[in-house]
Amino acid sequence: MTKTLNLITEYAGKIKPDSIEEYVSVGGFEALKIAMGKSPIESIEEIKKSKLQGRGGAAYPTGVKWEQAYQIQKNPKYIICNADEGEPGTFKDKVILDHLPLMLIEGMTIAAYILNSPKGFIYIRGEYPESQKIVARAIKAAKERGFLGSDILGTKFSFDIEIISGAGAYVCGENSALVESTEGNSGRPRMKPPFIKNHGYMGMPTLVNNVETFAYVPYILKEGGEKFASYGTEFSGGTKLVCLSGNLVNKGVFEVPFGITLRELIYDIGGGIPDGRKLKFVQLGGSSGPCIPEEMLDTKLCYKELKSKGLTLGSGAILVVDDSNCAVDFLKCVTEFFYHESCGKCTPCREGNKQLLALVNKFANGNATENDLQIIKKVGYIMKNAAFCGLGETAPTAHLSLIKYFEDEFVEHINKKCRANVCNFGGVEND
Amino acid sequence: MINLSINNIPVSVEEGTTILQAAKMIGVEIPTLCYHEDQSVKANCRICLVEVKGAKGLLTACSTKVFEGMEVFTNTRAARDARKTVLELILASHPMDCLKCIRNQKCELQKYAAEFFIEELPFERTYQILPKDESSPSIVKDLSKCIKCGRCVEVCQSIQSVGAISYSHRSDEYRIATLFELPLNETVCVYCGQCSLACPVGAIYEKSEIEKVWKALGDPEMHVVVQTAPAVRVSLGEEFGMEPGSIVTGQMVTALRMLGFDRVFDTDFTADLTIIEEGNEFLQRLKNGGPFPMFTSCSPGWVNFVETFYPEFMANLSTCKSPQQMFGALAKTYYAQKMGISPDKIFVVSVMPCTAKKYESAREEMNSSGFRDVDVVLTTRELARMIRESGIDLKKIVESEFDAPFGITSGAGVIFGASGGVMEAALRTVYEVVTQRELGKLDFEDVRGLDGIKEAVINIDGLEVKIAVANSLSNARHLVDKIKSGEREYHFIEVMCCPGGCIGGGGQPIGTVNRVRNERIKSIYEVDANMPIRQSHKNPVIKQLYDEFLEKPLGERSHHLLHTHYRARG
Repeated sequence: MTKTLNLITEYAGKIKPDSIEEYVSVGGFEALKIAMGKSPIESIEEIKKSKLQGRGGAAYPTGVKWEQAYQIQKNPKYIICNADEGEPGTFKDKVILDHLPLMLIEGMTIAAYILNSPKGFIYIRGEYPESQKIVARAIKAAKERGFLGSDILGTKFSFDIEIISGAGAYVCGENSALVESTEGNSGRPRMKPPFIKNHGYMGMPTLVNNVETFAYVPYILKEGGEKFASYGTEFSGGTKLVCLSGNLVNKGVFEVPFGITLRELIYDIGGGIPDGRKLKFVQLGGSSGPCIPEEMLDTKLCYKELKSKGLTLGSGAILVVDDSNCAVDFLKCVTEFFYHESCGKCTPCREGNKQLLALVNKFANGNATENDLQIIKKVGYIMKNAAFCGLGETAPTAHLSLIKYFEDEFVEHINKKCRANVCNFGGVEND
Repeated sequence: MINLSINNIPVSVEEGTTILQAAKMIGVEIPTLCYHEDQSVKANCRICLVEVKGAKGLLTACSTKVFEGMEVFTNTRAARDARKTVLELILASHPMDCLKCIRNQKCELQKYAAEFFIEELPFERTYQILPKDESSPSIVKDLSKCIKCGRCVEVCQSIQSVGAISYSHRSDEYRIATLFELPLNETVCVYCGQCSLACPVGAIYEKSEIEKVWKALGDPEMHVVVQTAPAVRVSLGEEFGMEPGSIVTGQMVTALRMLGFDRVFDTDFTADLTIIEEGNEFLQRLKNGGPFPMFTSCSPGWVNFVETFYPEFMANLSTCKSPQQMFGALAKTYYAQKMGISPDKIFVVSVMPCTAKKYESAREEMNSSGFRDVDVVLTTRELARMIRESGIDLKKIVESEFDAPFGITSGAGVIFGASGGVMEAALRTVYEVVTQRELGKLDFEDVRGLDGIKEAVINIDGLEVKIAVANSLSNARHLVDKIKSGEREYHFIEVMCCPGGCIGGGGQPIGTVNRVRNERIKSIYEVDANMPIRQSHKNPVIKQLYDEFLEKPLGERSHHLLHTHYRARG
């Protein structure tokens, strides 16, 4: 377990989440004071030096994003924290919401100070009711002690944060759908352009960042961007919260430096596969991520290296699947998820997911033909290349990667054979 | 100007142009379904995919603006295949019962299925058959056919500001729904039918009453008369492949006779009558000090809108029935007496550019003769179907004249068909009645055209009469809100529910877009300009009608037969 770090997680579980005293006693709000003593440009420069990239999945350089937001000449500007942590296998934002909400609040307040924003929102998924309560208490405490609300720290700067509860739609994690939902509309993605940064909440410029992204900001301003960057690789600065789940000995959220390999994550931190089973594949970045075979485990956690192999880290979910599982059966589960979560707005996603479900079920039931593999690829292609938003674009990622690396298993299912003995070919659909 | 290339052909277009528009300029039509030329870009259907050099994935031509040096390819294997896949995905969840669909041969989806030559679908058929909503007298909603483009929602919400339909559920269940999925007749729907014009397929359409008309025509006991609204004569031709705005009055009259109608009359006549009654009502209000503004009441969608959203303004609506209903009431009284036919043997059919007219004619109170004023309302589209079914080629038949007495009309009657027309017709009469002087120039150009809200001040013998004209309900809402807040004051306001007025009505031919509306408007004023009589009060048959039957405007008989009352809805 020595390969983990704790730049932001050091005090998780050690201080009371809504206690200003305890948070201040471990250096809380010092970064806000530092930011208030600097010009916005200086703070942005520090974030740029940190090489921090958005931790929600898109990995856009945070410093650049904030600089663009700063340069937009239209007010008021809004700050939204995306805490709609809906990607299956992802539960790292919950650690911050439940244990370090004041760190998030501090990070958002720094962003607000830089952009002179009067108002922020934390959009927390509806399935996290306890987290909503904890964050609400933390907001209240920060307001009572002058770290939030009017005239923060005796200055003329005022900033308030409101909690918005999601209502269960996965698509609301997509930034523009999240903004729609925050406005009170049904959560469906908007057409871009105009981009959220120019035309977001109520048509005003809006900065949307993930919980984890905001949480790194206090550290960066206190310790310096260069120090943060030094923990990572040349292209990906600092640490990342990863969520290990599946067939592993040690599951949970771990803070690790960029540059660590997937093998180290799984065997050194995760403790390997239990019960003497063999690793079959790893799904990287949640249900919308690719499934990769054992041979690729020496890939380093680094946005650039992953990209060069056609992979993405996504939100940081690492799901380990052992050989007791069937690739087709696994895919059925993923497909059902996206079929349920498509918002229905665009043809490739609405109809594509419906078709994928029918196709995967054919394999699971032993009714598929060789041609069905081609049809999955055809549907996958149109979804990936023509869907309206990221949901539809990434929904077939698991399909395309599993067919790429485990085509044998699909072919076996055409012949009514399931090597993991999971699929039932008796003609009865197994749920 | 932006320079780009499409399929290696250089094109120069203005900044802000989309790939779709730029391609059109070099003669390349990219398929679209959710795109509608009068609406915002939605980019939902994704059928307009093209390749752009350097871009990630494929781009939608409807939503992508061109940039300097852009290289667009519409005709690569990848782009063609992608468009076809999207079409196949839509078709897989569509019933494809084209032969028995109301939009057969007028369906955008069917057109692409033919153009792409979809021989066999590679996908599982996944369509759902959902119950049709036939609750309203005007509109049928058949969600089984819906392709979820959102065009109906935009027209209902943005152009009409009614909001009877919106999106609900998600994924496979995603659908265009009313509030709590109530049947249409329990919603705020005003039955304007603009959704049916916007729909690219057969998911929303008029409730057809053709069969009732065939039955009456086939009944030797029945004397079947038909009236045609002003706007139908400039749109019916489009159903037979003629240019938008073709004037087919004479051919339409001949066709109606060929269908077997006993008398073919013109709603323009009762439009003239409306001007006399409504003009006098306005003069009476001027004398009595209001209530102002007085709103016109010829547009049933607008009447429904007031009853639903602004019941506090019901007293401002003119009490005049619409020309359609005045016609029906007279047909079963004055005309019946004149002809010596019992009113229960007279069957009145209207041909209207409108779906809300179906609701209007079915209103309980519209039976002042003791019988339904109007028995059946057909839309322009339904009349075209009857003509086609009878094998009549509208382009080849001779022209003929409307029958007397309700076929003698003025130019003031015909301009009822365009936004501003009722106002203009009223001014042509009111001015002369009040001042007792001839109006030199009969054209009030300020109130014509597609502009949403038009205003003017007319000096009538020293009195500054403030008027306004609104078309489409969002503009009407805007105007009424300003009156409500006290920001604006008017004496007389004409509101037409549909964009452009009745020429743009919800019962008009499929393909009614603003471009086409403009052509029809031009034609309406052309018909007016060529009429020997252009003012309602100069129509000799109107004079005769008062002499023989009604006695005087706003008199006892008028009150009974030609005026109505309103009730709050919703």
